[in-house]
This record gives sequence, structure tokens and C-alpha cells, in this order.
Amino acid sequence: MSDFTMPSLGADMDEGTLLEWLVKPGDSVHKGDLLAVVDTSKAAVEVESFADGVVQDLVVEPGTRVPVGAVLATMAPLGAEKVPAAAAPAPAPAAAVVAAPHPPHHAAQAPHAPHPPHAPHVSSPLVRREAEKLGVDLTTVSGTGRGGAITRADVDRAAAHPEPRAARVTPYARRLARELGVDLDQVPAPSTRPVRAADVRAAAAQAEQPTTPATPEPTTPEAKAAKPPASSQAARREEMRRTIATVMARSKREIPHYYLTATIDLDRALAWMRERNRDLPVTERLVPAALLLKATALAAAANPALNGFWVDDGFRPGAGIHVGVAISLRGGGLVAPALHDADTRSVEELMAGMRDLVTRARAGRLRRAELSDPTLTVTNLGEQGVESVHGVIYPPQVALVGFGRVADRPWAVDGLLGVRPLTVATLAADHRATDGFTGGRFLAAVDERLQHPEDL
Amino acid sequence: MSAQAPQTKHHQELLRTMLLIRRFEELCAELYSATRIRGFLHLYVGEEAVATGVMSALRPDDAVVSTYREHGHALARGVPLDAVMAEMFGRQTGCSRGRGGSMHLFHKETSFVGGNAVVAGGIPLAVGLALADRMQGRDRVTVCFFGDGAVAEGEFHEAMNLAALWRLPVLFCCENNRYAMGTALAKEHAQTDLALRASSYGMAAWPVDGMDVLAVEDAATRAVEEIRGGGAPVFLELRTYRFRAHSMYDPDRYRTKEEVAAWRAHDPLLGFQELMQKEGQLDDEELAALEAEVAALLDRAVEAADQAPEEPVEDLTRFVTSPAGGA
Amino acid sequence: MPTVETTYREAMRAAMREAMRADDRVFLMGEDVGSYGGCFAVSLGLLEEFGPERIRDTPLSESAFVGAGIGAAIGGMRPIVEIMTVNFSLLALDQILNNAASLLHMSGGQFNVPLVIRMTTGAGRQLAAQHSHSLEGWYAHIPGLRVLAPTTLEDARGMLATALADPDPVLIFEHGSLYNLKGELAEDAGAVDIDRAAVRRAGDDVTVVAYGGCVAKALTAAEQLAAEGVSAEVIDLRTLRPLDDATILASVRRTHAAVVVDEGWRSGSLSAEISARITEQAFYELDAPVERVCTAEVPLPYPRHLEEAALPQPETIAAAARRTREAG
Repeated sequence: MSDFTMPSLGADMDEGTLLEWLVKPGDSVHKGDLLAVVDTSKAAVEVESFADGVVQDLVVEPGTRVPVGAVLATMAPLGAEKVPAAAAPAPAPAAAVVAAPHPPHHAAQAPHAPHPPHAPHVSSPLVRREAEKLGVDLTTVSGTGRGGAITRADVDRAAAHPEPRAARVTPYARRLARELGVDLDQVPAPSTRPVRAADVRAAAAQAEQPTTPATPEPTTPEAKAAKPPASSQAARREEMRRTIATVMARSKREIPHYYLTATIDLDRALAWMRERNRDLPVTERLVPAALLLKATALAAAANPALNGFWVDDGFRPGAGIHVGVAISLRGGGLVAPALHDADTRSVEELMAGMRDLVTRARAGRLRRAELSDPTLTVTNLGEQGVESVHGVIYPPQVALVGFGRVADRPWAVDGLLGVRPLTVATLAADHRATDGFTGGRFLAAVDERLQHPEDL
Repeated sequence: MSAQAPQTKHHQELLRTMLLIRRFEELCAELYSATRIRGFLHLYVGEEAVATGVMSALRPDDAVVSTYREHGHALARGVPLDAVMAEMFGRQTGCSRGRGGSMHLFHKETSFVGGNAVVAGGIPLAVGLALADRMQGRDRVTVCFFGDGAVAEGEFHEAMNLAALWRLPVLFCCENNRYAMGTALAKEHAQTDLALRASSYGMAAWPVDGMDVLAVEDAATRAVEEIRGGGAPVFLELRTYRFRAHSMYDPDRYRTKEEVAAWRAHDPLLGFQELMQKEGQLDDEELAALEAEVAALLDRAVEAADQAPEEPVEDLTRFVTSPAGGA
Repeated sequence: MPTVETTYREAMRAAMREAMRADDRVFLMGEDVGSYGGCFAVSLGLLEEFGPERIRDTPLSESAFVGAGIGAAIGGMRPIVEIMTVNFSLLALDQILNNAASLLHMSGGQFNVPLVIRMTTGAGRQLAAQHSHSLEGWYAHIPGLRVLAPTTLEDARGMLATALADPDPVLIFEHGSLYNLKGELAEDAGAVDIDRAAVRRAGDDVTVVAYGGCVAKALTAAEQLAAEGVSAEVIDLRTLRPLDDATILASVRRTHAAVVVDEGWRSGSLSAEISARITEQAFYELDAPVERVCTAEVPLPYPRHLEEAALPQPETIAAAARRTREAG
């Protein structure tokens, strides 16, 4: 079994810089798998394995420049025992079994956390750069590489078959669409030429004709707003503002809100979270919001009367617990896309999901379904330092849960004064759908879940 | 007061002009080295007798068209010293409001129509000024300076022909300092007798010792009289030499130190001083006083230029076209 | 308004005659402007009226007589210098650029140059590579100059007087194909402005910007387009420097599409400048990329079919206009 060495990626290349490892010790690799990204000083290149084997030891740290032929990683034959990769902190006897020419220092280090099974859109810097170059949105690409990683070929494929919404629009047509309030996504894109002013006008004329929606589609203020970034963000924000205004006014006009608040002690939840974070890579670490979200989802599952829609003078329960996460956008406006089936997903998954939503929301790349699906919305303004949030319900939803900041405060614990991290949870609920009793039970359930974080 | 007095006074004026030019140029070299003057800087040291002698032959209303080595022409013509110095500094009080610099001195009051930085580029212009005078019945003369290098340019020959053909009142003053930048006269001209070249256009042309201010003045005076009398243009080949390099950029590798030293032996300034002293027109005390006066003038000019305002940046594009309703 | 039938050539001549009668300072000089009557017969008959002092035949010395024009202008005259054709103006480029255009600024405002230079420009007469240039775009590059391109009888008659009244150098480019242009001109036609572009045909669907010899072609193209139901607005630039952005942009803001026609070569051309200004100032008005119709990048060949293929034509202008409405 030969080791993995710095390849010569061109007649004039005599050294290269290892940029990034795409594998870790213990990984089984096959001929053709990508192992690392190397800078040849002309470009970043993904380097493949020329043999099957098990990665033994990563000899070269990222950022190191080495001559062609230098050993980058030692490899063991496939089938040899793996070096420890799981949570067990015990020294791995298997490491001794493998004849390692280099000291296996990785084996002695803290064990690697298992890779989250649903880590979204794994991609290398090379792939990301390529995607940027080709204008491919990686969130829309499904990876065919190892562990669902997006490869260069995936990006090239995506670039070759762009989604139809990537239609070109002339500057004037774009401006006209804004002025006429025409959603460019709804304008049929001609295949041989850009969308022109005439197309926008036609679409506007069509929209003017009175139409009655067959079913009251759940409306969110974001439905219109979450388009790909357009030429004028200012105008877009203005439009979003108008939509929010309409929807919120309607909510306050039509929905008889009632409000309940509860102060929740997060001492246990945060202690558990800190412990959990110790095992997680920095990029995957949890924040309190993820725990609050999960607790809310579980409480909603236990109190289905708050999870759903008020439509046609009646309550319709949601088909699942799809928690809308309110995300403020840079420069104004907000969206609240859904984290689907939040009650059944792990806190880590919810964390990853939240990160993904925030990134995409701010990049204007949310999917339509994400905006129309929420059955209940959570808004967390704790980062802004507010004590509590008495929110306005997004119709036709029937409840909105708000969290204020988590702050250390005096709190009576077992008859003694203690300092505890507290947050104020607020429920804004539609009195047509529920009464205060239901609401109170719901908040109590949220509290209860947070006192047993290990079950979250 | 002897009968010599008027001549003495005149000679003292010539000497003073030459001295002012010499000291001005030496000061410019110093200021340039100290980075207070920038751009190209072409010095006139060694050629002072030409400007001084020619300008002495002119009337105040005559026009002058010059080259990029024109500090001496401007000073001898009477463009105020302070305005010339301020122009070197690029200041608003400069004779071109600081927009021209060393190579583009202009002064309307003395009809000094510019330093032209394109070799021979000013010659057609001078012909045109003379044409306007002729057509408007004015008897002024336009003096046009250029160097030996210009004689190789097409514009020179076109303009010579036109001026002679139309018999225009131009005094062509070829300052033959023997080098077109670094190219020696014999390397650039098949016929190095430049007056002969001009005479082929049918105009009066003769060579003059350009290191002798009185010879230059005499020749120029005769030429101007002839031109003003209704004759054709005249061409003077003023044989001279620049003691310093072509410009501050020039390492001066194309000529020998011996050659420069030989010409310095004919220094027009020192030669004239000696002559005046021999004739009893100048004593050491007077010379020292003159030097002191010039030094003081230059000190004041530098100080004034230093303190003069710059053109405001908001006025950057001013003077690209005339103001509406102007001129 | 009573009118007279005249030609572009006669209108130019009438303008010069009027200017010289009105102002003693005005005179004409150039190659063969006197006894010959001008290479294109524009000055025919003027020598008889004004004599050889004011109708000056010059030697073949473009640099000298253009430079002399500059000097004479500074000296108080109002010269009209005729350069036979634009290609010969290259021999006077030093004087035009380094003196005429620069003197006012280099002298800190002391010496302005009230000079008018007329020259013939353009192709279309099978004069081959050295006599078919359209270099007015080069001159339009130079600050300090005003550059005119009279296209109509009114402008041929009226631009000169205004140019002579300008305190700074003005270049007038007369397209060789226009001299025989015949039409009715008001008897009292006189000075016209030299600042504004003119809308020669109003339209709503596409703006066609042209000047000089290409205006007529653009109007023909507009006729073709009208037959197809496309309403083209044709703008005659008239003044190539300074450009009248306002007129161009006002039109583009209505039509949302532009075709720029230029008899110069495309690279680094006046059409490039106009296109750039449209995109700079009216990008969000554009419903199609700006189209350009220029002369093919080739020294103009002699044979008619090749020359025609090289130059902007009504058909290529119309096709460009159609492109703004079709595929992008």
C-alpha cells in the first residue's frame, strides 16, 4: 500500500501547497476518490487517490508547501482496522496493529465527532469557487460525491442545465417589473431572448384580471419578497415593506390576539448545551435558539390546537410541526421560512437547518415552499437584548412564540436566591382558535421540555 | 557725464538682462534638484546673448513665438520675473496661471505667444501672426525662435516656404546650439550651413555670432528694419552653445568635456563684462551691485512664487474652451 | 416663408460669402480654394468677389497653412481654413491638437483661437483607402475643439456663421456625398445653433443615432421599419463635440432601445462613446443591448460592392433596429 503524495499537476509544477483535506484518518477511500485540495500556484486542484485504502495519518497540515513526491498521508490497505473515529476516548489498540511509518499523532488526539448525516451541501473550496464562477447556487445542487458531497462535475452539470428562473431580463424590463409590481418569476421566460419590457407588460395586464383563489393559500409577507436578488435592493425592500404592512395590518385587524408570558430557567438546558458543544466541531456548535426551537416544536406537538391555520372561520391543524423561523434581513425586512418537522429532528439538525436558512434568506435564495409552509412561528429577538416579544401572528397561522434574551438574573431556586440564565417566552395566540388555558399549557410544556434537555 | 553715457547705459541693460537670465537658470537648476520645480526643464545657460540681443531690437508691440527653452526669451522680452518664476512653481500668479510650466510661458501684454514644446510647432503659428498683421495693415514684426533641430522638420520647410511666398513680416531666429538634444549638427543635417538652407526659399539669411550680444543686436536690428520696411522675412542663424545639458534628465554623454570647456571660453556673459570693463563702462563695484540686485530680485521672486496660491482644483477644466460670450 | 432651391454645396458657399461680406476679418485659405474654385467647388466664384488676399490658395503644406490659420486667429483674424479631405488633415494634426486645441489652456486663458477648419470626410465614392476616412471621431476626442457635422441644407447654410462667432476652434466635417444634396431652403436661412442634436424623424420604438452621411441612410432605414410597424426615431447629432447627451437620452428614455450609426471604424469610435454614455446614464431604460452599425474594420476597398459592404447601409441599420426588438 503506497502513501498519498504530492502530485505533479503540470510539467512545470515542482511543489504545491496542501489547501484542505477532504478525508480524515480512518476513512476508507477508493481509487478516484478526492482526498485533498492542492494549490499548484496556478489553481486550486482536487487531488484524487490512485488506489484503494484506509487513510492512516495526515502527515501534512493544510497551508503547508511541499515538493512534488512528498508524503501527504499514510495509507493502510483496505480492510485493515480503522483508527478510532467514534466518540470513545479510549486509546485505540488498532492503531498499533497498523504498521505506521509516521507517529500516528492524530490517533492520540480527541476523537473526531461523527459527521452529521445530513450536513447540507458539502463542498470543497474548489467546488465553491467553480460554482461562484459559473453562477451556480450550491443549495440547489445535489451532490453525487462521497457522503453527498458536491463535486465539480455536479456543478458543471448544474451550470449546463440552469434552472429556468435564471432567465435574463433587460435592465428596463427589470425596472418596469418593479414599478408594475410584477413578479419576474411569474413572467414566462422566452428561450431565445431575454425577458423584455413587453413580456412584463403582458404579465402585468394578465395580473390585472380579477381572479379568485380557489383555496385560501397561506399567505406570508415573504412570499413575494424572497426572490433572487434583483437589480435594486432598495426597491425590493420597499416592496417587501409594503407586503409586510398589508399582512401585519390584516393580522391586527382580524386576529384577536391574546398574550401570555412565562419566565423560563435555562440553567439545565445551557449546561447540557455546553457539554454537547464540547463534542461538536466549532462550525456545528449549538446556540440556545436551537434548543428553544426544539422545545417549542415539541410543545406544539403536544398542543396541536396552536399548530395550524385559521381558515374559513375554522381551525385547520397543520400537517406537521413546521416551525417558521423569523429572520431579519440586512438592510430591513424579515422572512420566516419553515424548518420542516422540527419536532422530529435533532437539535443538531435544527441548528444546521437554522444556519442554512439564515444564509439563504440573506442571500435571497429561499424556496417557495419554505415560505408558505410554517404552521407556527418562532421569533427570537434575544440577540437584540429585548426582554420579551409580544409578536403579531402571521395569518393564517394561529400562534407566534417569542423569546427575549437569555440573561443571568436572580431567581429563587429551592427556596434560595440563585443566579440563573433566564428567558421570557411569550405566546401570541389567536383567540378564535384557542383560549388562554391552552396557551398556558403550551408555555408550560415549553418550560418543561427545557428542563429536560437530554430529551430534546 | 560723457558722450558715451547713453551707450554705457544701454550696455549695462544688456548685461543686466544676460545676468538675470544666467542667474535665473542657475537658480532653476538648484530648485529643480530640490524638487521645487518639476516636469521638463531646459536651461539656456550659454545662449543668453541671443535672446538679449534679439529682444533689444524689437518694439514693444512686436510678437514673439518661442520654444521650450524659453525662460531667457521671456525674461529678455520683459515678461515679469515674478510671473516667470511663479510659472516654474505652477502657481496661479504664473504667466500662464501655472498651467504651462517651464515649457509653456505665455504673456499677452508683451505679445509673448508661447513656449512651444513641439520642435518647429511654433513656426507656422508665427507665420499666421504675421499674416494677420499683413492683412490688417499693421507694421509689427513677429520673431520666431527655434533650434537647429527644427530645421530638419517638415513644418519648418512648409512655413519657410509660405512666409517667403507671401512675403510675411517674420524674423526667423534659428538658435543653432549645435545639438538637437543629443544629436550633433553634422549627424542630422546634410547641409550644416543652416542659413544656406533658408536662403533657398528666397529670403535673406545670414549667420551671426550668437555668443556676442552686440553682434546679435546689430544683426537683429538690421533684419527687423528690413522686415518692417515691407520686405520679405529674414532668417538669422545665431551660432551659439548651451553650457548645460539638454534638460535635467540629460546625462550629457554625447559631447566631450573639452568641447564644452572650449565654448565656455567664449562665455557671452563674461565676454561682455570684460568688454565693458575694458571700455570703462563697468567697474567691479558696479558689477557687484548688479549681482546683488539680481540676487535680491530672484530671492523675492522665489519667495513670492512660494507663497502664491495654486489654481483651485475646481477650476481644473477651466480654459479648455472660452467662457460663454467671451473673446 | 419663401424658399429657394439650392444644394448643400451652394449653401456652404452662401454661408462663406455672407460671412466674408459681413466681417473683414474673415478669409478663406486652403489648397485650390481660389482659381480652381475648391476641390469640391464649394468656393467657386469667391475669388472673383473677394480677391486673392481673402481667398488664399496655399501651397500643399497642411501643417503650415493650418498653423498659419491658428496664428492669424490669435492675431485678430477669423480664418476659415479648408483642408481638402480629412486624410490630409493628418499632416496638420500637430497644429490642430498641440496648438489650436491647447493654446487657450496652456496660456492660462490668454490666447484663444477663433479658427474654423472645414474639411470633406467620408466614403461612398469609390475613392479607396486613403480618401475615404471618417476620422471626425478622432477629433471629437480632443478637448478644446468643437466638431460639427452639417447634414441638412439648413445646417450647411447656418453652422458656419455660428462657428465663426465661436471664440475657440471649430472643425466642420462635410460629408462628400452631401455636396450635391438638393432641396428647398428658406430664403432668409441664417445662423443655426451648434450645440444641439436634432430629431429628424420622431418615433417611439427605437432610437437611431446618426450623423453626417449616415443620417439619410438612417432615415431610409426608418422608412423600411415603419412598413413593418416599427417606429424609429432618428437623431442627427449635428455636433460631435460636445455631444448633446440630453437629446439622445431623452429619446432613449422613451424608446428604450438604441442603434448608433457611425461611418467610422467601430473600435474606439464615436459610436462607442455614445453607446457608453447611454449605458452610463440610461442603463435602466434599456430594453435591449445598444446596437452599433459602423464601418467594417478594413481600409476601404475600391470596388463598389466591397465598399458598400463595408459601410453602414439602410438595410444593416434596419436589421440592427430589429435586433433590439427580437433576440437579445
